[in-house]
Amino acid sequence: MTHWPFIAGAYAVALIATFGLTGWSFAAMRRAEREADSLKDRR
Amino acid sequence: MHIFANPTRFLRLARPLTAWLGWCGALLIALGLGWGLFFAPPDYLQGDTVRILYIHVPAAWLGMAGWAGIAVAGLMQIVWRHPLAGVAARALAVPGAVFTFVCLATGSLWGRPAWGTWWEWDGRMTSMLVLLFLYIGFIALADAERERGGEGRLAAIFGLVGAVNLPVIHYSVLWWRTLHQGQSIGLTRSSIDSSMLWPLFVAAFGFSLLFAAVVLMRMRAALARQKVEARMRRMAA
Repeated sequence: MTHWPFIAGAYAVALIATFGLTGWSFAAMRRAEREADSLKDRR
Repeated sequence: MHIFANPTRFLRLARPLTAWLGWCGALLIALGLGWGLFFAPPDYLQGDTVRILYIHVPAAWLGMAGWAGIAVAGLMQIVWRHPLAGVAARALAVPGAVFTFVCLATGSLWGRPAWGTWWEWDGRMTSMLVLLFLYIGFIALADAERERGGEGRLAAIFGLVGAVNLPVIHYSVLWWRTLHQGQSIGLTRSSIDSSMLWPLFVAAFGFSLLFAAVVLMRMRAALARQKVEARMRRMAA
């Protein structure tokens, strides 16, 4: 049995989850901070 | 920790730290995984399958560290009423749950070629699955409490009580000798050869830095949302 498909699958799961989470968190942070800044400007 | 009770002071430090932790973490992950995949030797028994170690172990460590962080934040919220403790606990929950899931998924992908099975109701695997369910419960409870305008004390207590699962995970390989291998890395010595241990340390450190960056991003987002909500309430009044 070749082991490389299992290794590739494991790395794909880990990297997609890690960098997907990072991108999602970054986008949510930028959106929330932009919204807070726009309210400050409107004051 | 009380220095950071003031969100403005916390944000002054968190803003530059987020980028530094994120980029250093990503670089170390690339270095550790490249080293582990292409330069570290295969295991004499398991062959190349052992390369899953470089993602499985950091994911397990971060899944457990995330809950330890939730428990410490819960204690700080209940005892000292630290204003950022609840925000920190909520920010830790999703990354902790994601890494626990990654640990279970990569363990399953490692188990199939190594043990001939995707899953076994073994002490270590079952207690990690329980940790994932605890994370899901914590996220649901903290969100529900926040929607009702609560301070998050129930979630803090849940975080503290759930920490009882951490020693169960750690000692499960000693208490129930089943399929999962025993402890390979101790505080003073390791049964893993240094040619595999170094890339593992680099990858684990990189994932830890990126985890910290993600937690800071989520805390900054939560604080910005709180600011918007407070401003909206003042404008409506």
